Order: sequence, then structure tokens, then C-alpha cells
Amino acid sequence: MATGTTTMTNDTILKVEHLSMKFGGLMAINDCSFEAKRGEITALIGPNGAGKTTVFNCITGFYKPTMGMLTLKRSNGKEFLLERLRDFEINKVAGVSRTFQNIRLFSGLTVLENLLVAQHNVLMKASGFTVLGLLGLPAYKTAAREAIEKAQYWLEKADLIDRADDPAGDLSYGAQRRLEIARAMCTGPELLCLDEPAAGLNPKESLTLNTLLRGIRDEGTSLLLIEHDMSVVMEISDHVVVLEYGQKISDGTPDHVKNDPKVIAAYLGVEDEEVEEIEEQLDHATVEGGTV
Amino acid sequence: MEYFIQQLANGLTLGSIYGLVAIGYTMVYGIIGMINFAHGDIFMLGGFAALIVFLILTTFFAGIPVALALLLMLIIAMLMTGLWNWTIERIAYRPLRGSFRLAPLITAIGMSIVLSNFIQVTQGPRNKPIPPLVTDVYHIGNITISLKQILIVVITSILLFAFWYIVNKTPLGRAQRATEQDRKMAALLGVDVDRTISITFIMGAALAAVAGTMYLMYYGVASFNDGFIPGVKAFTAAVLGGIGSLPGAVLGGLLIGLIESLWSAYFSIAYKDVATFAILAIVLIFKPTGILGRPEVEKV
Repeated sequence: MATGTTTMTNDTILKVEHLSMKFGGLMAINDCSFEAKRGEITALIGPNGAGKTTVFNCITGFYKPTMGMLTLKRSNGKEFLLERLRDFEINKVAGVSRTFQNIRLFSGLTVLENLLVAQHNVLMKASGFTVLGLLGLPAYKTAAREAIEKAQYWLEKADLIDRADDPAGDLSYGAQRRLEIARAMCTGPELLCLDEPAAGLNPKESLTLNTLLRGIRDEGTSLLLIEHDMSVVMEISDHVVVLEYGQKISDGTPDHVKNDPKVIAAYLGVEDEEVEEIEEQLDHATVEGGTV
Repeated sequence: MEYFIQQLANGLTLGSIYGLVAIGYTMVYGIIGMINFAHGDIFMLGGFAALIVFLILTTFFAGIPVALALLLMLIIAMLMTGLWNWTIERIAYRPLRGSFRLAPLITAIGMSIVLSNFIQVTQGPRNKPIPPLVTDVYHIGNITISLKQILIVVITSILLFAFWYIVNKTPLGRAQRATEQDRKMAALLGVDVDRTISITFIMGAALAAVAGTMYLMYYGVASFNDGFIPGVKAFTAAVLGGIGSLPGAVLGGLLIGLIESLWSAYFSIAYKDVATFAILAIVLIFKPTGILGRPEVEKV
């Protein structure tokens, strides 16, 4: 896929507006708004418990948000309100795919089968909902071959081609992470959401991951990722959104965010008074961080 | 020896029927972790659907070839029963998905009672006999094998192969296995989980309908409470083979069929059910997951 025109690359793919999520009395996300641009890597960072994964769960249909709008704009100009779609439609119709912090592969299926499940809708249609496929129609055979080729392509990218017929559960941790990304890509998403893709990886694996993610972006898929590993975030993201206690505290380029005193305060876990001090220095009217 | 082989043939025939029904139990359990106790009655409905088709055919199209009649009985029974099971899943089980585990189980028992009573009221409580459809028998030495026994084993084998192929080689089967392992993740990859589950119910019902038709053909009678004892035995077969495992269901079915006919042949026919369930109990003591069942792996 070639990258689009300049107007397309600067287009917004995901717009989160006034998102709030309440669990009983706990406000996990409080009026959070941000945008992710098409063709960019947007990172969502913040201390533990800041609500990053909750934002992801709202985007991918795990939770129905208490309030707010999640608009996804596809490259053909169609817009979808993610919170109104059924769970499987978020992928099938809106083209959003995700991975998990704790790996969720189909461990009993082989590596290749994992990638083929991700192409279910294409294959199901081509096989005439199984009936025509059983009759061995050529259209289905072509589709099946294409699906395997696509799987092969991603297996090579993820460096898993030798393991194609092994059960997914037998792979090493790093390989399972790469397989999860490959599987998400096999659905042909426009927006790929990655929940801590570098968690538990050693520095070498982390480096391979960076290359893989940049490759995905350069092929035209936009990425939204949650990450703790600052070396990953600062190196590969084009845009960073910082959350703390369910609210956005900073938003901008990696360099801008890195030097934002609020972000520094949130990450270093300074005392409340110090935050206030810094905020006073910055002449901010409202106190957001540190107090709930 | 000949007597033994004769009983073996009888056992295999009966076992094929149990195996087909057991697949329905095991698949539904595999995909949504629920035991569909109404499945035995689905099997009974399949038999009745075939019976009604048979009566219509012999009344209005007298002289129709037996093979064609049988084929029509099978196809219509499969369609009707599939529709029934789809409806049951849609109205009785799906709304309860995600509630506590016992709720769908109790509902399934309720559905079982509803179905058998519905047939009792609409079709009458008496046994419905049909004239024997296939009467040819073959003699090999002193062993007698009837054509219907051969038919049953052959049809079962073909269906099992088709079924194995669908589950292991087609996109639908992959989606079923993926849904079985992680329903939410399958949905996130674009698999319509609700539809996949519905199709599983329809497939299970279609196999039960074939079993019901063959049971009707084999014994020559249908009764509204046919779903109970054969249903429980097929469930036993699924548990014995390892619930959730497809080859296990078939193996369990064949074993139960063999135990039953061999016990009846050499010991007392009155105690054949006792023998079946005793063996189930013994197997479960030493191998709680059944013969081919995988121990449940804890999800992290």
C-alpha cells in the first residue's frame, strides 16, 4: 500500500472526544479527548493505573464507555462510531485490530491457523459460507491460496516462517508477541492498537519489534500503542498522549512531552505539594494530577 | 466366536448412532461450555421428522424408490431439526450467555421437557411404528448382517469424515475452534461469534437428526420419550470419550454400543444400562477427563 497524499497522511483516523468510563464509583477515565493521525504512530503513556488499557478497551469494544464519542474515519472517507458497533464489527467493518498486554493467542491452533482465523471474513465469503468451498470451487481455492500467501508474508516479517505448523502455545514469549502482531495485521486493519508490545522483551527483541512496527507504519497502517518502555516510545512514536488518573495531562511530539513538567512530575511520582508548586510556576489554573 | 462377531456388528451399529448424537453434546460443550440436555430430544425430533416425511411420502407418492425416500427423510429431518435447534439456541440459550453457569443448564433441562411434552401432546403418547424400509440381510457363515446395519455404519462414517473435514480444514471450522479457545479474541479478529455458535448448534442437530432417522429405521418405532434414555447414553458416550473431543465422542459412542450389546449377549439384558454406567464411573475415577479428553488448562 502506498502512502496517500499529504492531506491524507495528516488526516485524523481516530478521534476520541470526552471519553469517560466509570466502574461503580471509580472514574477510570475522566473526560479524555485526543486524536490519532493517519499514517502515524501515536503512543499512549502514563503511570500504572492511568487508564490507558481502559481507553483501549473502549476503542476495541470491550467496554461500552459511560460517556463520549469514538469516531473512526476509514481511508474511503466512511466514519464509524466505535461505541455503537458490535464486537466483531469493530474489526470487520471499522478496520480496527488490537493485541493484548497478556498474550491471547489461540494456543491450541497452529501458528498458520492463527493467521488464517484473522482472515475469516474474506475466506468465509469466498467459500460461499463453507458450502461452495466444500464443493471445491476455484474461487475459493484462489482465496485460500491468497490467504496463505498473506499469512506467509507476515510470518516472514515477524520472523516466524519456520514455526508455521507448530502450535502457537509452543512459541517463546517474544515470538508469541510477534505472532500476535502478525495476526492482528492479517485482518487488514487501518488502525492497529498495541497494548504494551514491548513488555517482557529483552533489548534485542525490543529492537526487532521497533523495526517491525516502523515497517507496519510505512506500509500505511496507523498505530496506537500503549507502552512503558520509554526507549521504544521516544524512538518510534510520532505523537505522544500522556494520561494520569484517567485524564490527559499532555499531548504532543515526543520531545514536547519529554520536557513537560507535568509529565515529569507524574512519572517521578513527586509529592502533591511539589506538583502544585510546579503548576503555580506554570501559571495553570486547575490542578489535575496527584489528587483524586 | 460367530456369536461374538454377530454381537460386535450389532454393537457397532448401535454405537454409531450414539456417536452421532454424542458429537452434538461435545461440540456445544466445547464451544460454549454448556451441556445441552435438550440434545437428546433434538435427536427424538429428528426421528419424528423422518417419520412424518415417511408417512407423507408413502401416502402421496406411493411406490417411491426406497433409496430416494430415505434420502428425502434424512435431508428434511436434518433441515427441520437444525431449524429447531437454531431456534432453541436463539431464544433460550443466547440471552443467558454470560450469566452464571447453571442458568443455561437448567434452561436446557427445561427445553428438554418442553420438547418431549410438545411431541407427546401433538403426536400422541403411543409408540409410532413404521413398516421396515430396508429388509435385505446377508449371511456370512452363521453371521447375519442386515443391509440397514451396513447403511447405518456407512452413513455414519461418511458424515464423520465430512464433519472432521469441516472442523479441521475449512474457515468455518477454524472459526469454531478459535471461538472455543477464546470467544472474545475471535470476535476482535472479525469472527461473528454468535453466528458461529448458531452454526454449531445447527450442525449438531443435523447429526442428531441423522441418528434419529437411523434409530427409527433400526428399531421401527418412534416415541416421544425416545430422547431420554438414548440421549443420556449419548451424553455418557461424550463424557466417556472426553467431553469437548470429537474423536472422543465417536469412540465413546462405539464403546457404549459395544458394552451394551456384549453385556446383553453374555449376561443379563436387564442390567445392560447398569453395566454401561458402571464402566463410565470406573473410567471417570481413573481418568476424570475421559479417554481422549485433554485436562483443562488453566487460562492465565
